[in-house]
Order: sequence, then C-alpha cells, then structure tokens
Amino acid sequence: MDEVKHIALLSRLKLTPEEIDLYSKQLERILEYIEKLKEVNTENVPPTFYPIPLENVWREDKVTRPFPVDKTLSNAPERSKTYFKVPRIIE
Amino acid sequence: MREELCHQPAHVLRELLIKGEINYSDILSSLIKTIEEKEKDIHAFITLRLEEAMEEAKELDKIKERESLPYLAGIPIAIKDNICTEGILTTCASKILANFIPPYDATVIERIKKEKMVIIGKTNLDEFAMGSSTENSAFGPTKNPWDLKRVPGGSSGGSAAALIGGETILALGSDTGGSIRQPASFCSITGLKPTYGRVSRYGLVAFASSLDQIGPMGKDVEDVYLLLKIIGGKDSRDSTSLPHPLPQEALKGSIKGKVLGIPKEYLKEGVDEEVIKVVNKAGEIFKKMGAEVKEITLPHTEYSVACYYIIAPSEASSNLARYDGVQYGYRVKELSGEGNPIVEMMERTRDEGFGSEVKRRIMLGTFALSRGYFEAYYLKAQKVRSLIKNDFEEAFKECDCILAPVSPTPPFKIGEKIADPLKMYLSDIFTIPANLAGLPSLSLPGGFTQNGLPVGIQLIGKPLDEYTILDVGFAFQKETDFHKRRPVWR
Repeated sequence: MDEVKHIALLSRLKLTPEEIDLYSKQLERILEYIEKLKEVNTENVPPTFYPIPLENVWREDKVTRPFPVDKTLSNAPERSKTYFKVPRIIE
Repeated sequence: MREELCHQPAHVLRELLIKGEINYSDILSSLIKTIEEKEKDIHAFITLRLEEAMEEAKELDKIKERESLPYLAGIPIAIKDNICTEGILTTCASKILANFIPPYDATVIERIKKEKMVIIGKTNLDEFAMGSSTENSAFGPTKNPWDLKRVPGGSSGGSAAALIGGETILALGSDTGGSIRQPASFCSITGLKPTYGRVSRYGLVAFASSLDQIGPMGKDVEDVYLLLKIIGGKDSRDSTSLPHPLPQEALKGSIKGKVLGIPKEYLKEGVDEEVIKVVNKAGEIFKKMGAEVKEITLPHTEYSVACYYIIAPSEASSNLARYDGVQYGYRVKELSGEGNPIVEMMERTRDEGFGSEVKRRIMLGTFALSRGYFEAYYLKAQKVRSLIKNDFEEAFKECDCILAPVSPTPPFKIGEKIADPLKMYLSDIFTIPANLAGLPSLSLPGGFTQNGLPVGIQLIGKPLDEYTILDVGFAFQKETDFHKRRPVWR
C-alpha cells in the first residue's frame, strides 16, 4: 500500500484511496505472475534493448527552419505571448 | 449484381476506376451509405471527415488521365487515432488528448497524401493503444460487426471493424504487442505488423518505442502489400527506420517447396479447440498446395507475456511522462492552493486525464524502473527477450516462415475480461513474441467457429522478409474464400 503511494508519487498521479486499493491488489497479482521470469537462467545472456542492430545516425550540422512558434503553441492549455504559461513553480 | 463497392479491396476498385466503370466519388458514396446505416452500432470512428473526403474524391473525378495518377489515388483510408494528422483531431482515445489537433503530419500520413489517397476519418482504439479489446477508449467501445455483443479486438479495433463493416477500403493500425494482428483475427480482415524499423514511427504517438510499429490493414493480402510499399522505407526523422529497400516483386503465391513451421508451444492446452482446428486445417491446405509443414519449437514462449509486461509498461511510463498539462492536452481547471501548485497541476491533470488501464501500466513501469527493482525486473526482462529472439533465429534455420494462431480464443464478449487485467494480458501470448523479436508478422482470415465467429492465422517471417509471408498468405487466399466473407447485417 505504501509502496503504491510512493510509485504514484513518482508517476505524478494523484490517485484516490479507491484507486490505491485497487491498484495495490491488481499490481500484486500481475507482479506475482511476472515472478515467472526468475525461472529462466539468464547467466551470460546480454540484454536486447532494441530488436534490430542500431547504428548511430549522423546528420549534417546545418541551420534549418524551426517549427513556427504559433503552431508550436497551438495546443497550449494556457499561453502568454510566445510562452507556455504554467502555475507558479517557485515558492 | 456486383458486390457493393464498400466491400471491395483497393486493387479491384483500381481496375474499375481505370476502366472507367466507376468514379472516385462512387466509392465514397458507397462508404457513406454504409456508415450512415451501421456506424451507430459499430462505433469504429472517433472522427469522421466525409464531406472533405467527398470533395477530394470529386476533384479526382475531374481528372481524365486516371492512369497518370498514383496507384492508390482516390482510395479511402481510415487512420488509427494515435497517428498524427495535421489539422485533424488526434485523441489516442484519451481524455488527456481529447482536444489535440496536431500541427504536423506523421510520415506515413505525408506518404498517403502524396499517393492522393482519401482520409475518411480517425478510428477508435484502446487508450494510447493499451489493450486487446478497444474497451479502454475514453469515447466508448467499438463493437465487432460479426456479433455486436463481442469485442473487435484491440487496440486497432476501430480500423479492423471499419474494414469488415464496409466503412473503409484500407486502414492504418499500430502494433506493439498484437494490436494489428489480433483485431484482424477477430474481425476477419488482413493486417501486417512489419519488421521493426520498416515503417517510420515519426508522428505515431509513442507507447513502447522499442516495440511500436505502424502497419497496413486491408481486405486481403494484395491490398496490405500495396499499402506497405507506400508507407514503408527510410525516414530521416525516425533514426530507427531502416534503409533497406522494400520488396517490389509481384505476389505469385509460390508455395511449392516452402517449409512452414508450426511451434508446438502454440497449440497447447488452454488454447481454444476451434482455434487449434483452424490452424491445423490451414496447415493441411498449405500441404495440399505443395508446402512442407513441420513442427518446430520456440521454448521460451511461456515467458513472453511476463517479459512484455515489464518492457512495454516501462517504456510507456517514460513516454507518457510528457502528458503533464504544460504544452498540450488536458489541464486540470482549478487548483486547491495546497502544496506546490505545479506538482498539484501535474498530478491531478494526469489522474483525471488518463484512464485506468493507462494508469495501471504507468504504475507498473515506474515500479519496474525504480531504484532497487531495475535489475530484477527491467534488465531481467531484456535478457529473457534475447532468449525469445534466439528461439526464432534457431527456428528459422529449419523453416521459411512460421504458421501459428493469432489469439488463443475467438472474439470474446464485451465485459468478459475487462475487470481482470492479467486475463486480458494473457490473450496476447502468441502475438507478443514477434514484437519482442522485431519480426514481421501477418494475420489473415483462417476460418470460422461453429457459431460463425472469425478465427485468424498468423504467419511470422524472418527479419525484413515481409515478402515471403505475404506471398504465402496470398497463396492461401487464392485457395480459400474466408477473406471474402462478410457479416450478415441483421
């Protein structure tokens, strides 16, 4: 239960007490199932983060036209001139 | 009398268009008629743009030299609502993006527009593509046209239902753990998850970036291949997109001498008997056509669900951190004034904006990546993933492609699994491995249950070898008519 509250905080989710209760039970059951992975011997097995071999991609360092400010701000919940506006951050 | 245009594949319509037997607007009219009749029951779409689509079709009608137009010009297409379309609402079936109008097009949309295809609307999905039934949509579930009490599969359930219902000719979906293939199976249409990197993900709303792949969905294999050739190929805006040229060879249906492997782990207890019957019957049909069908083994199959439900939620928890009420999307209206205002704004925006499955996965992923658990869960899962990938590499030494079920069951009832997340997750067991290994995989109609519910079959190919699975699928569709059957409407 406390763990779920901690994870909710890390996830920036303000869960209701009912949600905390429900997720505690459900996540416990899911993690119990996931314990299965412990059966597998993975000694000396490298992890696969991407399914295909990736190479670094280079591009030319040249100036391109930036995405227009008005378009960038077109979905802003709140804006002020050419800025995104948010609630006060510093106390 | 000719079958209604709305049920015809694009390659057939193209012939009729070139011969001058029909106009572009006739196709649209046929779709609009079906949509007016059925959409209130099916609910395949979140957004429709039929008037604009009709105008685009009428513009094309004016062109005399039809053969000078791109191959799929004027063909109507429905787009899953997690793919960005400039100026058209893109919601991801989430309250948090309910008013989001993208200021740019995804690469696949740019390519579709260049082909002069006609976008008719945006289709329903499980919120952020997280789900296997399209029940997790903030806008309500989509129904399966074969039986309105059943789910169309998910997460690309809207695209699949629209195709079989005659509400579109082609569609785009996305597949992270089976989201194209399972709805294709449940609705009896054809859908391809391409090799990871085959299609640019630029403009696809990210869920799990090492697994996500956009793919074509259509009424038969030929259509799916045509659409793949348009949307696929390198894109400088997606650094994981592959430079390898797309296959261009025409489909021949050459099956003689091909070796198909059926993994014994996929036909075990717990899989519906009617599903096993359909897969075995398909094996018989392939044999009759001259293929060799043999048993193979993918020993780590049983760990794929556990592996996936660490990796996908982990990537999702990171990708979905961007929905914080700052730059776009939903923001909570009133703040209480208690505590730090920006933290309260973010926490409440996310709690109110996300649905319960999305929150569950963000929590699961955040847990797996948090201090003290990273190695035991996330890193462990990535190592098991290597073993799952190795299974396929070994199997492909013995066969040209793999024949398998898509889902362990036929379409299930609405509400049947929604209260039990683990039960829902387990229904992805046969589709997840191809995502973990990055392999191309085709889902096509394989038959029907005694009660007339569709059952698909899956063909999994070697990396970048979409051609073989498409050609084998093409051979199957030359021999069978399952892909031509349509649900009887009341």
